[in-house]
Amino acid sequence: MSGAADIPDSPEALPAAFVRWFAERGWTPRRHQLALLAKAHARRSALLIAPTGAGKTLAGFLPTLVDLAGGGPKGRLSSTGRGISRGGLHTLYISPLKALAVDIARNLEAPIAEMALPVKVETRTGDTPVSRRQRQRRYPPDILLSTPEQLALLLSSDDAPFLFSSLRRVVLDELHALVTSKRGDLLALGLARLFTLAPELTTIGLSATVADPDALRRYLVPQASTVAAMADLVIADAGAQPIVEMLDTQERLPWAGHSARHALGEVYDLIRRNKTTLVFVNTRSQAEMLFQELWRINDDNLAIALHHGSLDVAQRRKVEDAMAAGRLRGVVCTSSLDLGIDWGDIDLVINVGAPKGASRLMQRIGRANHRLDEPSRAVLVPANRFEVLECKVAIDAVAENAQDTPPERQGALDVLAQHVLGRACAAPFLADELYDEVRAAAPYSALSRTDFDDVVEFVATGGYALKSYERFARIRQDAAGRWRVANPKVRQSYRLNVGTIVEEQMLKVRLVRSRAGGAGPTGAIGRGGRMLGEIEEYFIEGLVAGDTFVFGGEVVRYEALVEDEVYVSRSNDTDAKVPSYMGGKFPLSTYLADRVRRLLADQDAWRGLPDQVREWLTLQRRLSRVPGASEMVVETFPRGGKSYFVCYPFEGRLAHQTLGMLLTRRLERARARPLGFVANEYALAIWCVGDVAAMIRHRMLDLDALFDADMLGDDLEDWLAESALMKRTFRNCAIISGLIPRRFTGEEKTRRQVLFSTDLVYDVLRKHQADHVLLRAARADAATGLLDLRRLSDMLARIRRHITHRDLDKVSPLAVPVMLEIGREAVYGEASDELLAEAAEELVRDAMADG
Amino acid sequence: MTALAAAPAGADLPFRLAGIDLVADLSGALLWEDQRLLVVSDLHLEKGSSFARRGVLLPPYDSAATLSRLTRLVLRHDPRTVIALGDSFHDREGHDRLGAADRDAIAALQRGREWIWIAGNHDPDVPAEAGGTVVAELSIGPLAFRHEPTGGRGEIAGHLHPKARVATRGRAIDRRCFASDGLRAIMPAFGAYAGGLSIRDPAFAAIFRSTAFTAHVLGDRRMHVIAASRCC
Repeated sequence: MSGAADIPDSPEALPAAFVRWFAERGWTPRRHQLALLAKAHARRSALLIAPTGAGKTLAGFLPTLVDLAGGGPKGRLSSTGRGISRGGLHTLYISPLKALAVDIARNLEAPIAEMALPVKVETRTGDTPVSRRQRQRRYPPDILLSTPEQLALLLSSDDAPFLFSSLRRVVLDELHALVTSKRGDLLALGLARLFTLAPELTTIGLSATVADPDALRRYLVPQASTVAAMADLVIADAGAQPIVEMLDTQERLPWAGHSARHALGEVYDLIRRNKTTLVFVNTRSQAEMLFQELWRINDDNLAIALHHGSLDVAQRRKVEDAMAAGRLRGVVCTSSLDLGIDWGDIDLVINVGAPKGASRLMQRIGRANHRLDEPSRAVLVPANRFEVLECKVAIDAVAENAQDTPPERQGALDVLAQHVLGRACAAPFLADELYDEVRAAAPYSALSRTDFDDVVEFVATGGYALKSYERFARIRQDAAGRWRVANPKVRQSYRLNVGTIVEEQMLKVRLVRSRAGGAGPTGAIGRGGRMLGEIEEYFIEGLVAGDTFVFGGEVVRYEALVEDEVYVSRSNDTDAKVPSYMGGKFPLSTYLADRVRRLLADQDAWRGLPDQVREWLTLQRRLSRVPGASEMVVETFPRGGKSYFVCYPFEGRLAHQTLGMLLTRRLERARARPLGFVANEYALAIWCVGDVAAMIRHRMLDLDALFDADMLGDDLEDWLAESALMKRTFRNCAIISGLIPRRFTGEEKTRRQVLFSTDLVYDVLRKHQADHVLLRAARADAATGLLDLRRLSDMLARIRRHITHRDLDKVSPLAVPVMLEIGREAVYGEASDELLAEAAEELVRDAMADG
Repeated sequence: MTALAAAPAGADLPFRLAGIDLVADLSGALLWEDQRLLVVSDLHLEKGSSFARRGVLLPPYDSAATLSRLTRLVLRHDPRTVIALGDSFHDREGHDRLGAADRDAIAALQRGREWIWIAGNHDPDVPAEAGGTVVAELSIGPLAFRHEPTGGRGEIAGHLHPKARVATRGRAIDRRCFASDGLRAIMPAFGAYAGGLSIRDPAFAAIFRSTAFTAHVLGDRRMHVIAASRCC
């Protein structure tokens, strides 16, 4: 680690005006703020790791403000052919949230006004009016606050060299959050371009604590082909150690579910006893449910609000404003409030349900109490017995400050395709030069020339083995070998499709009066009710009229789909029939899963667990077996005329779902006749018509063979051919790569009648060109995304020859939670014929009843 | 998918229309065995390149995929007559853009049998080079074959690309289907890139004059008869 020694202790580097400004406020510049200033003077890029409330933002901007206070670097006055201008940008700030950019602009106003600095700050987001955007390109401000998508758009314009050649600094906020996604890939490519355009450029990354700071340090500087270059590291003093406790509930701990209804009174009591409490939950439906339940017992009429990603934007803003003004006592929220604006006076964070990851939990805890010297306070509320184990190990991890942020990404090829097209839109490029530039971006430093060339071919003509699209090329090589945009429409289409966030198809949810026996497609449903928010189309697709679900804090009844609106009415049901939708479900982190397994294996450590949980585990040990740290226990037992097969991989719901799909295929081949399965974060239960227990007993079914990693070969291939999750993954890649436009210019697609379906494209491409670059991109996503294949494959390797079978005559204590998921969660399995046959049966039944 | 090749005998469904016994094939074709007549609808050949012309470079394999499924079907049933029920080509220039191999495949399909292109809204004038006979519509006995459905008795039409969505246990399954009330039928699209329109769309109720019709749904290994009212 470089540079720890040259951090100044005294504010020598700070100009007098700044020293005065700090003093007038009764503040002292923090050590890391001065350290970043020193790095900037030395023209070094730096990563600042600091907890929330450490004055991170000011630290990031201090070097720029000091620069500009002194009149800025010489020579920025330039003639551009558009009149005399002060030149391009000095500092570019990129944040994952546009709200954050707007908030930072507001925060910078104070020091700039109070020190009368000659600095112009502007924001540029998707909401910025076109006139202002055009002005910004002619007369750029000194500091521009923006998002990764806007940077990509600016870089694709022919003004890019003018705008950015004088750029001195890029500040990347919430870098730990940015780098984990395809947005991070897009930003890395943009950054690589900036390094070419602006030779003076240095970077500052602002981040929460992460598991691997070196990955972020590489991200911040251009990579050379041989050694990995890294930005300097500045670590702010840690704040006070947070006080984290598990709710010691007086109630009976539920076996399953995620609602934590049992602890409702205790949660309410905590809100009542604190000034402002943030209550985090993991999914939107949990947020809905908890909010509703809290209001049911809100005898004190406390101001408790709800905040999640599918609520109407206006409603979310209202909650945020009320929060900032200190008018709220509690906010029930999802990861929608994980990042972002400083709220000030939050004195307690409650995390309901599983923490899922140690770093995620620490970041959430950090939302409480932004004064560094006082400890943040948090209470974890496990919703079931397994979650008690997870909460216990998460609290231990926080105490040890152990991090489990995701590992460094390999740059995605679909994002690269988008970037390549953007580069052609900006100016013609030579493939050799672009290849070198792209590899300067850390996520792409290992990009092979073959992959790069395939991507360029893909952008040009689709990259198909059948060379029939030369005449429709989007980019072509000129005589000098430079790739150029083939026609202006290509540019237009690029601009409309930039970005890596593929929104789920959302439908508006409108509250209407209930159906009163009317006829026709919508019956007697009144139009024009209140808009409740938006919901994923795929969730609605699984509903039939009359199904109830929780939305906007109440149980509603699905009535009809009219155009692109979902009509729902109020329901008197207290329990929703269709309980959950997937929004915002993260799998349990590998790190916490490992700790849970070790906790289970170590009986001495059970002493730290609540009595109810300890009794449960003790009973499991007596009646079946508690899994060892690297062991996998498989239990079989009969129940209701079916044979159950339960295993405990502890690898998170996504990996378990994939495993379930593959195991049911194998069990089907072994003639065990599996009917379906459910998965939770810890276990997987499959039920069969055949007697699985007897099959294992009589060695007709070998467990080592059943769990052999070769299931990731042909079985996986077969399943991927029809997997809905894989098709969704492919669709996202097709959109990001620019193969399929988000919207057609000048062409409206008829509602509900899709011009073409990416599922059909997937089927055809898979059969005719299985190694196509887009399929490769989709496979890379499947390794970590919805299918979590990498984790599954690691698990299969871990449990090899460590499988223990328990042949039971009834369900075991450990199996109860996953067994209770049956009927609560959608049953998985791609056996569509069986489900269709069921619907056909209903027809027969109806016909018999009519007769 | 290999469902067609693997289709066991009996996966197809007897289908009675206006007093005539037909068979609905799992691939989405209709078979009139007495006449040795095979009907497919909405092939939409060269849909991929039609989009490519406008800058959406869909994989150029759709015609080959559609024709190879059709070839297997024809080999299996060896019909005397094949009717392509309109929108066989995605646009007027579709036939011109066909690759040499695909043209050969069509010629091979036509050899030794009568081939009838019914004109569709996408391909109102199939060129002579496409071989076969081009007609606006065709009647055989009580059955009338035309592209756009009018709701007439004994009518077999295409155009609407019916698909059924069945939701059960929190999951939705979307499949192509035949829509019929026993007097008239609308065929599923056969083309590899042809999308679908839900049979709950008002367009279907207009043809059947109610929702009292059934969907003959193409499953993975067999067909399923499901009431239209059960679909969403």
